[in-house]
Amino acid sequence: MLRVSGLQKSFVMHAQGDLALPVLKDVALEVRPGECLALVGPSGAGKSTLLRSLYGNYRPQSGSIQVRHREDWVELVAAEPRVVLDVRRHTMGFVSQFLRVIPRVGAVDVVAEPMLRRGASPEEARHKAEFLLGVLGIPERLWALPPATFSGGEQQRVNIARSLITDYPILLLDEPTASLDIANRDGVIDLIRQRREQGAAIVGIFHDIAVREALATRLHDVALPGVQA
Amino acid sequence: MPDQTYNDDVNSETGAYNYAYLDEQTKRMIRRAILKAVAVPGYQVPFGGREMPLPYGWGTGGIQVTAAIIGRDDTLKVIDQGADDTTNAVSIRRFFAKVADVATTTRTEEATVIQTRHRVPETPLKDGQILVFQVPIPEPLRMLEPRETETRTLHALSEYGVMQVSLYESIARFGRISKAYNYPVLVNGRYMMSPSPIPKFDNPKLDRNPALQLYGAGREKRIYAVPPYTPVKSLDFDDHPFEIEKWEQACAYCGSKHSFLDEMIVDDDGQRLFVCSDTDYCQERQETQRQSEQKK
Amino acid sequence: MSGPLLSAKGVTKRFGGRIACQGVSFELWPGEVLGVVGESGSGKTTLLNCLAGRLMPDEGIVSYETKSMGTVDVHRLSEARRRLLARTEWGFVNQDAREGLRMGVSAGANIGERLMAIGARHYGNIREVASDWMERVELDIERLDDRPTAYSGGMRQRLQIARNLVSEPRLVFMDEPTGGLDVSVQARLLDLLRGLVDRFHLSAVLVTHDLGVARLLTHRLMVMQGGRVVEEGLTDQVLDDPQDAYTQMLVASILPV
Repeated sequence: MLRVSGLQKSFVMHAQGDLALPVLKDVALEVRPGECLALVGPSGAGKSTLLRSLYGNYRPQSGSIQVRHREDWVELVAAEPRVVLDVRRHTMGFVSQFLRVIPRVGAVDVVAEPMLRRGASPEEARHKAEFLLGVLGIPERLWALPPATFSGGEQQRVNIARSLITDYPILLLDEPTASLDIANRDGVIDLIRQRREQGAAIVGIFHDIAVREALATRLHDVALPGVQA
Repeated sequence: MPDQTYNDDVNSETGAYNYAYLDEQTKRMIRRAILKAVAVPGYQVPFGGREMPLPYGWGTGGIQVTAAIIGRDDTLKVIDQGADDTTNAVSIRRFFAKVADVATTTRTEEATVIQTRHRVPETPLKDGQILVFQVPIPEPLRMLEPRETETRTLHALSEYGVMQVSLYESIARFGRISKAYNYPVLVNGRYMMSPSPIPKFDNPKLDRNPALQLYGAGREKRIYAVPPYTPVKSLDFDDHPFEIEKWEQACAYCGSKHSFLDEMIVDDDGQRLFVCSDTDYCQERQETQRQSEQKK
Repeated sequence: MSGPLLSAKGVTKRFGGRIACQGVSFELWPGEVLGVVGESGSGKTTLLNCLAGRLMPDEGIVSYETKSMGTVDVHRLSEARRRLLARTEWGFVNQDAREGLRMGVSAGANIGERLMAIGARHYGNIREVASDWMERVELDIERLDDRPTAYSGGMRQRLQIARNLVSEPRLVFMDEPTGGLDVSVQARLLDLLRGLVDRFHLSAVLVTHDLGVARLLTHRLMVMQGGRVVEEGLTDQVLDDPQDAYTQMLVASILPV
């Protein structure tokens, strides 16, 4: 589902006299359906950078990221924006560590949005959104409220629901259980594991070892170059 | 009766007027404008309006058109708000009698050229007659779009939405299209035209009229025309169709229930009389009634 | 649809000796909202006006794929066709709503105008469509017959949007649509725009100096400085991982709240 090779990424801070910070060097990896690849490595090694690069949120300087999209392999590095947008809409979902809060939109609508974007009916999308919120333990009284006032854990669960409402073949997870208590954490683990068992290819960053052990089928150390088993 | 000599000589130095007051070159220029106007029905043709012996606002446009087309064989009728006997109608009629040595009449049926201010005669016109309208503001969109450059573009591109908007607005505000005179029309399916400040009652008379209609605006210096038998449609909405005025009363003099009536206050107590605005039409009817009375 | 909806190649516009925008090229595909950000004098508004056919560029071509007439060179069209296009397939939302409205006629007349311009002649139907649009832009339909002079700035902007969208345009040009409005009014208007773009699959070119507006409304971003495009890409990428020095400076300049 996902093939990465020769990925190179540095950050150039022009305000600091063009100071260059290389982060990713010659990264290569592969993920197949049903696999969950956990990115490991010390803080600052580039786990988040790699994940964001896969999503197109960060721009690599060189290398290749290929994604199985609509029965074909699509190259994402230096791709046309509409290609990346299409991949994000249909093939690849991203759960960031923080929910980017769109003000004044109720939680259930935040969750339903990706499904609506794919053309589902408002009733269908709403129904599934409510189901997911329920599974994730968000009380019904909060469903219509904008998540801006939610706790970190509640926001995170809204975030997760949003990324799971459509069946993305590829899921990118950046610390999905970071702000959750144990009970909710386990609920999330179940959902993600279900997705993995349904054939999704997952790349994730899990600081919590228990979560990592529950979900990951392989590990990839970002600090080491080259493909890893 | 003409009490002053005249001649056709363009280079006359006697101080007498040329035939019909205007010099030949001017008449030629106006005729060219008229031909253009007739060729493009409803389109406003600019012309080099001359200084006339009466100020703007008194019919100089109509007079210039009449002067350009009138000939010794013509019979001229002049009406003002339907009446042959108002001061202005009388003075214009006398003017042409003097400078064009032309027969004049109050009878619509006998006229070959009829110059009118703000009314169309009730008596139906015939093939061969010419109706000359006096026009204050030739541009139908003027009140909605003050810029001449823009209105010209709108006409060229047939962009008349703004007028429809104004009719919509009238219905929204008053429940109906409140425009009672100078009601906009579409000529030959193409140009929007101001029919001059005739009451909307007269608009249907313009449609496929056998007579030639010429419109002259002296101050704005525009001439436009509607050739005989040209379709002229008053603007409206499908669910608010164009309607003409109706009176409950009949004319107090001739009893007509189908002509445009003027309301006259006849005394200090506010007594009203409704009378035909078209004096010739009214007199005709009265004459006919008198004759049939006598036969009894 | 086989090609881009709108494409610009080398669009350049000068005012006398001063270059307003230079060599701007891009392709806008259906369903995309392209943001053009930059500070005052960056050329973004000039670019927008060139794209929308309001200004004639000195160099370059702007092509648009019409509904039924194939791809056209916007500036080679006859004025009649360009004006027709602007009234039917395109929308233009001005920063100052007064420039995009007839202040002297009612809201209903404003919204209904495009319909009447293409031949709608049933008062009742026009009124109904106008009411529907009033609702979609969250204006009180009781105020259908009020004139925009009686509306607040935010309401006028909503009315301007309705007036544009009534003809179901495929492409909407927006020039700082929320500029000059109170923050809370701005916020609600942005929500409305997001909703309308999604619901009606609009494509749009949106000029703004506000990166927050860009983040919320646009899929792609072009950053302009001194008339040139210095960076472009997906909005989240340009804002989260700016490559160009100027873009980095812009992003760093956003005041935290």
